[in-house]
Amino acid sequence: MTNVFRKGWRPAAVLLLLFILWELAVNFAEVPAWLLPPPTDIIQEAVMGWEGFRMHLQSTVLLSLWGFAIGTAIGLLTAVILHLLPFIRESIYPLLILSQNVPIIVLAPLLVVWFGFGVLPKLIVITLVCFFPITVAALDGFRQTPGELRHYMLMAGAGRGQLFWKLELPYSLPSLFSGLKISATYSVMGAVISEWLGAKAGIGVYMTLASSSFRTDRVFVAIFAIMLLSLLFFGGILLAERLLIKWKSRESGRK
Amino acid sequence: MIQLSVNSLTKSFDSNRVLSNLSFQVNEGEFVSILGPSGSGKSTIFNLIGGMLLPDEGSITLGNVEISGKRGSISYMPQTPSLMPWRTTLQNVLLGQEIMGKADPETARKMLQKAGLGDYENAYPHELSGGMKQRTAFIRALLSPQPIILLDEPFSALDELTRLDMQKWLLDIWNEHKPTILFVTHNIEEAIYLSDRILILGSKPAKVVQEFKVTFGRPRMEEIFLDENFLECKRSIHYALKTH
Repeated sequence: MTNVFRKGWRPAAVLLLLFILWELAVNFAEVPAWLLPPPTDIIQEAVMGWEGFRMHLQSTVLLSLWGFAIGTAIGLLTAVILHLLPFIRESIYPLLILSQNVPIIVLAPLLVVWFGFGVLPKLIVITLVCFFPITVAALDGFRQTPGELRHYMLMAGAGRGQLFWKLELPYSLPSLFSGLKISATYSVMGAVISEWLGAKAGIGVYMTLASSSFRTDRVFVAIFAIMLLSLLFFGGILLAERLLIKWKSRESGRK
Repeated sequence: MIQLSVNSLTKSFDSNRVLSNLSFQVNEGEFVSILGPSGSGKSTIFNLIGGMLLPDEGSITLGNVEISGKRGSISYMPQTPSLMPWRTTLQNVLLGQEIMGKADPETARKMLQKAGLGDYENAYPHELSGGMKQRTAFIRALLSPQPIILLDEPFSALDELTRLDMQKWLLDIWNEHKPTILFVTHNIEEAIYLSDRILILGSKPAKVVQEFKVTFGRPRMEEIFLDENFLECKRSIHYALKTH
């Protein structure tokens, strides 16, 4: 924890400085609040409007967590299947890359047309943005197992299953966690985008309402909430990584 | 009793003949070294015995069972320690047993104690020195249930002092458990110091060109390095390597 403060004070100070500059610039140039509100206004709105904002936040957090969980599960499953069945990898992997080239903004309304306004199209959107970094990271991890370890395992008589569970999977964990970190932050973005399309609650809904009524201060509240949420998710993954990969964190801690 | 028998093994890669009519035997409880220059096909021999490659001609039997192409028939210690970085010392030495069936942590713990690794039972490989890693790798091979251990130049990456230490340590352990060992090295002194029998390998294609019986009794002390007979033995092996 002390480490966080020791390393974190510099960016925090820069952030604070930026806010002060922003406040001064807005006041000095007399920019109207609907165009660009000063930070103090935004903080005030965040505190005053907390009651109304809370349910939106809650809904987005829940949606992102579910989406992330499903995306992770599908991402891992895809990676394992593609890894263990090379002929499937050769035919599917290029298509996976294509799937990432479809703009979500275009795809999302289509999903609503197909699946309605329920939770399903939203989860599909989040899963689509989440699973890919995990699949790629896990696949890379599986394939980068050192030849000497693989040779030992084979000489010792390991079967395909043992090779996977005792070597490839544990070896890929650090790489997998890099993918999880990316996906964790994507999941919040995915949730917000999917809420734009139509939902009863969520930061995405709150944001659309705010911008259409020129409540720029609320838009900024939403932006900061999204940033904070992404940061929290990222931190959560970081913590899980520390707990799970003791052998690696100590190693790099030494250097 | 003959434990491992390699019979007229031939192996080529494309048009390159690596082994030609290679034959030798290792008896039960015997320590046999294969001595040959680098690139003389030693790893190919190990890969054949380990079942990673199939011979073009010839057969390999262990006990009375044909094992060519059957992985997991022998216990193996590679040139690099090849420990799993996420496993502690104890978990690493149990890996060979795990792969073949059931792990027995109690025996492993006792063996680690005796090998001077008792305090490092829960350490990860990156916390161990080079010598300690090799000891761990050897104990892993020793604990594996297969009847013969193949050692592939296990000390070649260590510095001179550590290597001497490790050789002494290996002899101690070997005296206690008397496992059957096939040891590959390119170090003449190491081969004489450790083995009962030395097979000199000629290169391209590899075959056994000469065989030396090492007559020193056991347990062997470090002092034999300076013994007249030791030097004589070293000289004849040196010539044998030169002339082939």
